[in-house]
Amino acid sequence: MAIQSPSLEIGAGVGVAVGPVVVARGYWQSVSRRLRRDPVTLICGIILLLIVASALTAPWLGLADPYKTSMIRRLYPIGSPNYLLGTDELGRDMFSRLIYGGRLSLFMGVMPVVCALLIGATLGITAGFMGGRVNMAIMRVMDVFYAFPSVLLAISLSGAMGAGAENTLLALTIVFIPPVCRVSESVTTQVRGFDFVEAARASGAGTFTIVRVHVLGNVLGPILVYATSLISVAIILAAGLSFLGLGVKPPEPEWGLMLNTLRQAIYVNPVLAALPGVMIFITSICFNLMSDGLRAAMDVKA
Amino acid sequence: MLLYALRRLIYLVPVAFGVSLLVFALVHLAPGDPISAIVPPDTPKEVIDKLKEYYGFDKPLPVQYVRWLLVTLSGDFGTSIGTGRPVAQEVGSAFGNTLILAISACLLAFTLAIVLGTTAAYAKSRAVDRLVTSIALFGVSVPHFWLAIVLVIIFSVELGMLPPMGIGPENATSWRLDWPHIRHMILPTIALSVIPLGVMTRTVRSTIKEILSMEFVTALQAKGMNDRQILLHVLKNAAPVCLAVMGLQAGNLIGGSILIETVFSWPGTGFLLNSAIFRRDLPILQGTTLVLAFFFMMLNLTVDVIQTFVDPRIKRA
Repeated sequence: MAIQSPSLEIGAGVGVAVGPVVVARGYWQSVSRRLRRDPVTLICGIILLLIVASALTAPWLGLADPYKTSMIRRLYPIGSPNYLLGTDELGRDMFSRLIYGGRLSLFMGVMPVVCALLIGATLGITAGFMGGRVNMAIMRVMDVFYAFPSVLLAISLSGAMGAGAENTLLALTIVFIPPVCRVSESVTTQVRGFDFVEAARASGAGTFTIVRVHVLGNVLGPILVYATSLISVAIILAAGLSFLGLGVKPPEPEWGLMLNTLRQAIYVNPVLAALPGVMIFITSICFNLMSDGLRAAMDVKA
Repeated sequence: MLLYALRRLIYLVPVAFGVSLLVFALVHLAPGDPISAIVPPDTPKEVIDKLKEYYGFDKPLPVQYVRWLLVTLSGDFGTSIGTGRPVAQEVGSAFGNTLILAISACLLAFTLAIVLGTTAAYAKSRAVDRLVTSIALFGVSVPHFWLAIVLVIIFSVELGMLPPMGIGPENATSWRLDWPHIRHMILPTIALSVIPLGVMTRTVRSTIKEILSMEFVTALQAKGMNDRQILLHVLKNAAPVCLAVMGLQAGNLIGGSILIETVFSWPGTGFLLNSAIFRRDLPILQGTTLVLAFFFMMLNLTVDVIQTFVDPRIKRA
């Protein structure tokens, strides 16, 4: 068996192979059964659910005002009365800011992947299904983006466009379109070569039906699994851009930005200064484990 | 193989063209024009126009692009708007510093990853495999700039063992091979190596596991080879895949070191890029991005060519 050269994507080289036909209803049932029997994935899912739910319902949780500053009670240590996790460099309640921070941090991590999934998968499936010149045109343009290390591309783009949440979202979406597109293209090209596509065409199915039923049904699983593995990268990258001052602007609570502004406090209250990073770490590790569990449950070869 | 290398090089030309177009476009993504962004707001209009003419910003875009491309191809990356020094000079000295850090991080990450990954693939006990997979998971999940801060907190602030920033003692701007300079490298190297460590460990482990389950390994065992001899065969078969990922990781390390360089004030390309962004020094932004992208392309090309050399079975179209 010849060893294939791996496809080159962000992070690890993940070549996605297509499993057996997945349109049957029993497939998703067995996937969810396998997921429910996987304790690691379950626990990660619950932790993520907690973080997301608390971020979404933050205004109604009776938390302290995350914007209210105070010059007197700056950098209170963790466990101070009334301030469970202390206060930051401007005297704002850390616990409240960490919870509120989830809103922007998660949004900035998940949104670009969702947008890139929509655009990249459309482009990739089109390229894979049409083949020929269309494939050439789309994939060669993607090659240009592949000539940049992903972090460099994100930073140069958002650096040129200027700081701000919208520009970060745009830059990250652009960064994640090529890898999604490349995975979609290779999976679709594989599926297109299968006999059942030929059989469907022979029995008179139109292009649209073939794409909708036979291609999408077989291709969406692997693409989706790949996209979930990008979320943790996206969350770290988005936080990194904010950390550099290129993302969200102060005084918004956002984990990367908080890590940046708290850097001046590492000599005064080091544990406090590291807290926002813990949140980023927990979220990204949970997304990674979830993505691994999903891949195993959906039987997608990594 | 030479023919293949040549063909790949020719194929790189349109990609390089696209890259140059994208880098050129960077300047025009910026809000406002590049000159007004950096001069004081009360600058008279004549002065602004003079500056625009000097830097060539008054011409139509296609003309600007062709002019920029020709000048860049001749090795002149323009002058930094911020410092007035040639961009090539600034990027050149910064690139050397980045390269040193990247090489030491690669050495650390790849050696550890090969040892850990192979151990995990061979491990009979689940505990060893679990431990290695956890290390790999840590590597790919940890925000490395946060790890950098944590390292500074532990080893500089609390223990006072290692310097928290700079490339060397007394505001040094370049690297030398001596103990004080190496001390400055330790923390950034560790922080930079976690991502490639995680990714590579995963790759090495899964690749070797897959190879171990192949029939030729059983055949070698049946022939009576000992484990060490078989390991050589396995490693040789794992090399192409691992090399490809290594090349990609090394490239990402050089292009992605900006966050770590910022935390440690390491005077490399990332640090330069970061300060250029905040001074709105677009020629430096362009120059650095272009140099890093070309280095990345060349690195990938080299890895591809080496791959066919290591494994002649790989047939390239």
